[in-house]
Amino acid sequence: MPPNTHYLSWGRAHRFEHLPKKLLWRSDLELTSLPGTMLAQGLGRSYGDCCLNASGTLLLTKDLDHMIAFDPEQGTLECEAGVSLDAVLRLIVPYGYFLPVSPGTKYVSVGGAIANDVHGKNHHIAGTFGKHVLSLKLLRSTGELLNCSNEENKELFAASIGGMGLTGLMVSAKFKLKKALPVINQEILKFNSLPELQEIEDASQSKFEYTVSWIDTLAKGKQFGRGLYFRGNHSEYAPKPPKHYLHSNPGLQVFFDAPNFVLSELTIRLFNTLLFHKQRSEKLSNTIPYNSFFYPLDAIKSWNRLYGNRGLYQYQFVVPCESLDFLEEILQFLQKKHQASFLTVLKKFGSISSPGMMSFPQKGWTLALDFPNRGTSTLQTLSDLDQKISSLKGRLYSAKDGHMPAFLYQNAYPRLDEFTKHLDPKFSSNFWRRVHASK
Amino acid sequence: MQANRLVIVGASSAIAKEVGRIYASKKWEVYIVARSKDKMQIIEEDFKARGAVAVHSLPFDFSQKGDYQGLVDWATQDGSIDLLLIAHGVLGDQKASEASNEYAIKTFEVNFLSYMCLLNLFAGTMETQKKGTIAVISSVAGDRGRQSNYFYGTAKGALTIYCQGLRNRLFKNNVHVLTIKPGFVKSPMTADLKQGPLFVEPNKVAGDIVKAVESKKNEVYTPWFWWFIMTIIKLIPEGIFKRLKL
Repeated sequence: MPPNTHYLSWGRAHRFEHLPKKLLWRSDLELTSLPGTMLAQGLGRSYGDCCLNASGTLLLTKDLDHMIAFDPEQGTLECEAGVSLDAVLRLIVPYGYFLPVSPGTKYVSVGGAIANDVHGKNHHIAGTFGKHVLSLKLLRSTGELLNCSNEENKELFAASIGGMGLTGLMVSAKFKLKKALPVINQEILKFNSLPELQEIEDASQSKFEYTVSWIDTLAKGKQFGRGLYFRGNHSEYAPKPPKHYLHSNPGLQVFFDAPNFVLSELTIRLFNTLLFHKQRSEKLSNTIPYNSFFYPLDAIKSWNRLYGNRGLYQYQFVVPCESLDFLEEILQFLQKKHQASFLTVLKKFGSISSPGMMSFPQKGWTLALDFPNRGTSTLQTLSDLDQKISSLKGRLYSAKDGHMPAFLYQNAYPRLDEFTKHLDPKFSSNFWRRVHASK
Repeated sequence: MQANRLVIVGASSAIAKEVGRIYASKKWEVYIVARSKDKMQIIEEDFKARGAVAVHSLPFDFSQKGDYQGLVDWATQDGSIDLLLIAHGVLGDQKASEASNEYAIKTFEVNFLSYMCLLNLFAGTMETQKKGTIAVISSVAGDRGRQSNYFYGTAKGALTIYCQGLRNRLFKNNVHVLTIKPGFVKSPMTADLKQGPLFVEPNKVAGDIVKAVESKKNEVYTPWFWWFIMTIIKLIPEGIFKRLKL
């Protein structure tokens, strides 16, 4: 295909020309003759530029979507890297299995989930997705196909989990599944302040497999720090629901880029207030299908287009803190700057170490913010936030990032030098060129 | 008890593969025919992982005079066919067909003559087993000849007419014939075309096919709106149509 600007990341704030190359069959992958640098892109759900490679080749893995072996006895699945988690769920749920770790959308590829070592609401119990990967096959630009696991090519395995696709083309992977019903017993608790949140958090971590909270970043005064706390466990008993109830397709779709006023401070304030007050009682308990619990945003196809043509910046960081004092400062700062975040998600990571050299999660609080891209004012806010995160000894998540300065990355990821040794010299990304600059 | 049997000719085509996946998850036994052994190996594993009770494969080259009888014998060994899907084909290059008879004949051979040879033989078998469905992938391109791809369209048009006759013949023997007319599908076949908003994913088309098989439709446009588009296109008088750039 000729060079084009069709391929974007989910944030749509970066627009580059790429040389797209569709990969169709794992039996005839051929990288040695490709000119310039290359990078794999699966379903393009990374927010920033870690799945983009301006002026280089984009290896499109969406059609590498074949299952290889499913073992219902052992609870393992081997599949090609372009298989989506949605396809995995459709296959395994009828057998009584579930994903060991679910990110916020099921429309990511297995390759992307591993390359970004994604996490979910059960990080404090299960660690990252990479923790459950048994092996993977990596095609290097030299044409060498390497089997990587904890026994074979151990270091390359650790570099490739969370390796942002920079160690070569991930062709396939084998991972463990967990035995669980696709129905969740959920509780939603209102909290009116950060200390209240802290209290709920402390009471929930050991009793609930899944915990996450949503915060109204615009609430001021007495309402400062209010939000909703979601927690849940897999149901032990599931009534047999109709199939469509389990495997839902998006019901709505955003067909065009929304005009900028759609996500202004006013509408975000309104949305957050409605979300908070939608639930009348302090605590709501119900039993819901997995889609509503894990992937509420998947109900709206292309929801990122609500941010308009300018796109959005996600900003997710983790700080090694026990208390929530850091959050107070950050919320106050955002309010002063009038930078409203549409959906703000907070989660406390547990202490299970990540298997990848460059994996993002570490013990502490992680906060994900998203900002409509308003150009320099947004970038200035992000850069101010960078300073705060840096002084808190925190780090940013590459899968979400589209702006991180090199110093922040280099200071926050101690295994960077070790990782660099395992790079495939012909693989690169915009993200990598930025954070690895002047190193 | 014998599992339901699906035979897919042209199994590496994007649409056929998606149809196969649906029946694999219904625990059918699948017989696949395609050109490439390597690709069939991949498909075989995929179908098995998705639940197919067994998958058998046979390499076959449709651009040469193949052993059609051998294929049919292989696909009907120790059992009967519940669903036969024929899906192979090449888009071909319109300009190359205009420039070379040899090229035009070769693509016509793949896109129509091989279908005719296969269906002739399968029809006899299905006629005696007195059950089952034959689903054939034709195309909206076969509904009316257009300057941009009338070689491909001619083959698909011929196929549509052939299937009408076959349906008529096999009806009394309880064998159903479904003509499938997909519009633009995002697939390797169309990878080089500029993809507009009318392009759909192959799994959408596959879902429509399975529904049409189950409801014993005679002809199905997929996605449905192509019925509407093609009805209008067919209604345009030839005097006007010949002046259009389609």
